[in-house]
Formats: sequence, C-alpha cells, structure tokens
Amino acid sequence: MKPHRRKKLTIIAFIATGLSVAVGLSLYALSNSIDLFFTPTQVAAGEVSSGQRIRIGGMVKEGSVARSEESLHVEFIATDYNNDLLVRYDGILPDLFREGQGVVAEGMVADGVFQASRVLAKHDENYMSVEVKAAMDAAERDRADAVPAGESNGS
Amino acid sequence: MVPELGQLTLILSFCLCVILGTLPLIGAGTGNRQWIGLARPLTAGVFVFLSLSLLVLGYSFVTDDFSVAFVAQHSNSLLPIQYKITAVWGGHEGSFLFWTWMLSGWMLAVAIFSKAMPDDFVARVLGVMGLIGAGYTLFMIATSNPFDRILPLSPADGADLNSALQDFGFIIHPPSLYMGYVGFSVVFAFAIAALLSGRLDSAWARWSRPWANAAWAILTIGIALGSWWAYYELGWGGWWAWDPVENPPMITWLLGTALIHSLAVTEKRGVFKSWTVLLAIMAFAASLLGTFITRSGLLTSVHAFASDPTRGIYILGFLGLVVGGSLLLFALRAPLMKSEFGFAAISREVFLLANNIILVVASAAILLGTLYPMVYQAVSGGELISVGPPYFNMIFVPLMAILVLFQVVGSISRWKKTSAEYLRRQLGLVAIAAVVLGVVLPLVVTFEFNFGASIATALGLWIILGILQDIRIKISNKASTVSGLKSLAVSYIGMQIAHLGFATILLGASLTSIYSVEKSVLLDAGETVDLGAYDFVFQGTEPVQGPNFVGDRATFQVMKNDVYQRDLHPEKRVYTQSGTPSTEMAIDAGFWRDLFITLGEPRESGAWSMTIHIKPFVRWVWLGAILMALGGVVAVTDKRYRRLRVKTLAGEETARSLKSGADKSAEALQPVSQQ
Repeated sequence: MKPHRRKKLTIIAFIATGLSVAVGLSLYALSNSIDLFFTPTQVAAGEVSSGQRIRIGGMVKEGSVARSEESLHVEFIATDYNNDLLVRYDGILPDLFREGQGVVAEGMVADGVFQASRVLAKHDENYMSVEVKAAMDAAERDRADAVPAGESNGS
Repeated sequence: MVPELGQLTLILSFCLCVILGTLPLIGAGTGNRQWIGLARPLTAGVFVFLSLSLLVLGYSFVTDDFSVAFVAQHSNSLLPIQYKITAVWGGHEGSFLFWTWMLSGWMLAVAIFSKAMPDDFVARVLGVMGLIGAGYTLFMIATSNPFDRILPLSPADGADLNSALQDFGFIIHPPSLYMGYVGFSVVFAFAIAALLSGRLDSAWARWSRPWANAAWAILTIGIALGSWWAYYELGWGGWWAWDPVENPPMITWLLGTALIHSLAVTEKRGVFKSWTVLLAIMAFAASLLGTFITRSGLLTSVHAFASDPTRGIYILGFLGLVVGGSLLLFALRAPLMKSEFGFAAISREVFLLANNIILVVASAAILLGTLYPMVYQAVSGGELISVGPPYFNMIFVPLMAILVLFQVVGSISRWKKTSAEYLRRQLGLVAIAAVVLGVVLPLVVTFEFNFGASIATALGLWIILGILQDIRIKISNKASTVSGLKSLAVSYIGMQIAHLGFATILLGASLTSIYSVEKSVLLDAGETVDLGAYDFVFQGTEPVQGPNFVGDRATFQVMKNDVYQRDLHPEKRVYTQSGTPSTEMAIDAGFWRDLFITLGEPRESGAWSMTIHIKPFVRWVWLGAILMALGGVVAVTDKRYRRLRVKTLAGEETARSLKSGADKSAEALQPVSQQ
C-alpha cells in the first residue's frame, strides 16, 4: 500500500472509531434521560410503574389549587376531563400557572398521587403546549367512543 | 394605504431576488460581463425595497394601525414606544421580514466589501444569496404576510406584546442572533460560488474567513445575550436549559466554530477543502433547521411562534432543496477538491482535524437529542417523550473537556510536522502547573475537595497558561518583549483572545454549576433567611404602578457577616391588557458571584413565597462570550484579508478565465452594437 493511502486510511479509521464511540455513548445517554409523557387517564389506568420518572399534562381543575399557609407545599388536580390526577409540589409555581389552564409537570407517581419535581405552565395566551393538546385530544376521542355521537351534545 | 406599500415593496424585492438569483449566475457561467455587472445594483435594490417594507411595518406599529393583523396581535396603544418598534420582531411574520432584511444587509455588505475579489466570483456569491432571498420573500408572500389586514372590522386596540418580551433583552437578543445566524448564509454562498466556479483554492478560503469570523462573532454575542436574558427574565436561576429552540443556534455555533478552524487550514495549507465546503453547507442548514423548529409549531417552548403546518412544510421543503441541491453540486464537483495529505501524524493539521471531529460530533449529538422526541412521536404514532438536560450534559461536557486538551496542543504545534519531544518540552510544565493549581485553588478557597471543580479549574488554567506559553515562544527570539508583542499578527491576537474567552466560559459554566446554591422559602415581613455567607431580611412589599402593569415590589436587606450590603427589590407584575403575571428578579451582579431573588406568590396571611440564589462565577459565562466575539472581530480587522488580489497561481487562473469571459461577452455584445 502506498504511504499516502495508508495515511488516508488511518485518518478515516480514526474518524470512524471516534464517530461510532460517540454514537454509542449518545444512544446510551439518550436511553437514560428520556421522560415519557402520560395523561391522567393513562395514570389512572395504571400504565405507569411507581418510581418511574415521567411527565404528565392536563388542565388545572377549577377550584382545585390548595396552598399551605406554613410552607411552599401546593396541591392541585390535573385533569383531562375524563380522569383526575392529584399533583403535589413543593416549590414556586410558574407565572403562567392558573386554574383552568394547561399544565405540564415532571416527577413520579406514588400511590396514585403525582409528586412533581418541576411544574411548567404553557407559554402564552393563545398557545397550548403540544403535550397538553395531545392529552386533551386523546381524552376527547375516548369520550366520543363512550358516548354515541348524537347524545354527546346534550351532555 | 401605507401597509399596502409595504406589501408592494416586498413583492418587488422578491422579483429583484429572482433576477439576482438567475442573470448574474448565468452571466458568471457564460462570461457575460453585463449580467455579472447586474449583481451589485440588484443587491442594492433588494436592500432598499426590503428596508422600505420593514420601515412600513415599523410605521404601522408606531402609528397604532390595528387594521394590520400583525400589529393588532403584537401591540397595544399603551405599549411603550421602544417595544412598539421592536414588536416588529415580536411574532412570526414580522420577525421573518426582519430576518430577510438582515440577509439583504449581509448581501449589501458583500457587495461593498468585495473589491479585492474578481467580479464573476462576487456575482456568484450574490446570486446564490439572491436565490436564498427569493425563497424567504416567497415564503412571506405565500404563507406569512406581515401586512395582512383585518378589514373592514379592525379592532379598536391591540392584544399587546407578550409580557415576557417587554424587556431590554428583547430589544437586543433577536437582532444579534438573527444577524449571526443569517451571516452563515454568506459563508454558504461563498462555498457554493467556489463549487460553481471550480476555484476551491486558498484565495477562496482567505476571502471567506473574515465573513465566517464576523458571522461567528455576532452569533456568539446573540447566543450569549439570549442566555443572559433567560437568566434574568425567566427567573429560575439558570442560564442554559438545552431547550429545543436554544439548541439549533448552539449547533450552528459549534459547526461555525469548526468551520473557522477548518478555513484556517484550507487557507494556510490548502487541505481539508471538501470538508470546509461541507461544514459551510452544514452550518447554513443548521440555521435553516433552527428556523424550521421555531416556526413549524412542532415544539413547545418560550420561543415557539403560533403554529401553522403549511409554514413548516414550506421551510422543510426549502431546507431539503437547499441541502439536497448543495450536496448534489458537491458530489458533482468532488473531483476538483483533491487535497494532498502533506502532513505528519503529529502536526497542527491533525489537532485541528480532531477539533473539527469533536465539534461536529457534539453538534450531531445535540441534534439527535433535539429531534429525537419529534421522530419518536412520528414513529410511535403519537407517543410523547422529552429529552432532558442530563442527556446533553452527559455528552457535551466530556467532549468539551477533550476539545480543550487538543486546543492547547494544537495551537502550540507547527504546521506539517511537530515532534512529540518539542510538545513535551513546551507544554510539560504547563500541564503540571495546571493540574497542581487545579487541585489546590478550589481547595484553598472552599476548604473542600470537589472532583469536578478541580478538573474544570485545571482545564481552564491549561488553556490560559498554554496561551501565555505560546506567546512566550512566539516572542522569544525578538529583541524585547514589547517589540515581540508588536510583531504578533492581528489575527493571531484575535485567536488568543477568543481562546481566553473559551477558558473563561469553561470556568464560569463549570464553577457556577458546581457551587451555586438556592433556597425556596415562605417569609413574613421582618423575617430573615440565611444562605451561604449572606442573610436576606424581608422588609415586606408595597404596590407599584407602571405604564401598562400593576404589581407588588418587595424590599430585601442583604447582610454579609452582619454588615449591611444593599437593598434588593424583586417585583411581581400583572400586565393589565393581557392579564398575564410576570416576575421581575432582583439581581446583585458581581464579578465573583450574583445574588438573585425571585418572588413567588403571596399567601392569605401576607407571607410571600420566594427563591434566593447565590451563583458564583455566573458572569464569567457571558464575559467569556464577549471575549470570544471580541477575538473574532479583532481577527476580521487583519489587513491580510483585504489585500488586493494576491499574485498566486490561482490568481493568474482567474485573470485568464476573466479574460476569456470578457472575450465571450464582447462577442455577445456584437449584435447589439451593430444595430
């Protein structure tokens, strides 16, 4: 083999090794830091194993927000209008958190209650987060399946 | 009437872009001098008409013309004047007009500062940029017209600008980010022009370098301003979140960093040509991808504009066309790009190659993490996932550490061939000093060993001491230190300033991540909370009234070791028009540390929830970015890049091809002159 060919090959081998190590590490890192998203209905159906780090999303139920007077503890209900999920959080809620509006929270489920480590609110008046919208759409489909089409208007 | 004028000038700029994207390119291909000569005037025309469009939109905002839908959605008669003007880029349509105007500004700059380049090359560069401009203006006219009207039932008042945007950061962050982003289309156009004309030589690299440096420096500032703004406006104490919309500028920046290094090799040594061209294409594609992500509505984020699927499809189509077309051209021209491998296994070329591989791998990993949720959703049939900061940190931090190791060795080694012995002699002591100080310094200051802090400090010192050593070597054979320093090339000084900036960011980012502390509490007026060496005395709140908001203003006394330092006043506002609440942080900024208070909400008892942060070294992140950008700007000012046509082999070739081109155009003109 000619020397410059060998040099070229060495460089290509060098790059290929580097890339495959990087891709391997990336995929490994990715598999460890993905948060799956669940709706209150999925949580109620027991699809989440307890202790698993997940995201949930829904609407903050009107009148459900209860703040402690002694600490930063706050509780509220996230709903997709089919099922409710009680969320507990110790911390300061974001500016745009409001009753009747969309919310996304990170944390884990324990005994049917969601212990949030972070709460995110949707970002502006006209815009619903993709996640909350998907949850609402899914819930609406469920309702449409459960109720014959003609009657759904009356309810 | 006036808004229609903006519409008209927008359509005219589209027409001019189409002509600019065809005639000068054809002219450069066939040697038609007249058509080549059209490039500069057409560019000026595009700039003038887009400026008029932008002015009309600004005028509509200032005069509260709520019959224009974009104005009605993003302004309000009570909005302060500076935000009325800057609300031009407060939403999708206006910001895209602003973006396109930035492109025309860069085009004009190329037309003006390109006297040293052959006219046919300039025509090709401007022609390619004209095509990009045609794509942008058509996008606006077809899917996102900022001059759409609500007639005859125009609203009496506007919906107001998003309250999170009513801030100084909003005035400066988008323009600088856009300007940097769009700047990479210049480098892209240079690369395409080089492929078209077949002159991938060191002259091309020399012409490209100042533009790449300028775009890179401005993008650096744009990203840093975004980070600084997020830090003081969003109020969670962070300065970088790996948000899906922060990532594309970061990807572009990493590819741009690789590009400016690769361009250096191509200019000095004539190698890595095809790689440099690929990087220029990738950096531009990354900037388009950023546009796609923010404007397609695929992602939820602070930056996302309201969604409309046709826009996403258009941008994706444009992205596909640009990348596909460029790669096709690249493949067709590949035989032209033969580089000789004239360097040894230990040489500056090899270390710069390592730099490039690491930067490209880092950007690929960030791209993977950014797109993965979207791809997963499409493949799994709607299942939603998110990829969090741990992924990005796990990949990015070690890669940057390796990059730093190569950085110092690379800048101290020589082109072509360096002996391992030479490197050992020059850097042995530097390495030992960096490691020893890296362990000792954090220990002395905090009385505690922290592995991460030691590594970060050692790496930061490795760069800083490496720079000093490099300069020492450079001036060691000069008569005196002063004359030695004076003899350093301007672009070399720029490089070392930028490298110092990188060390500063590295130290700031690592140490603030490791040593920051925060505490969330519920306090009654008169109560005190202690954090670190500080005590914060909450004095209570009082109501405040602004032009378009009402709110509460708190007062804190900051004490250190029982000595009064200063007052801090965080606020909680509600914007009256939209009813949105907004938290205004109070920050005591300092070189060594920031104190940072955000208000939560009041309880019925009158107590307030709040979070207090102490963030050491956080300013170093932005200070480092400023140094990096300064380095880039200093390098641009190197006179070497503006020297008139250098007599090289390549230069003679150009002269020849121009001559034959001139002959051809003379022939083409003959029938005209006969008439």
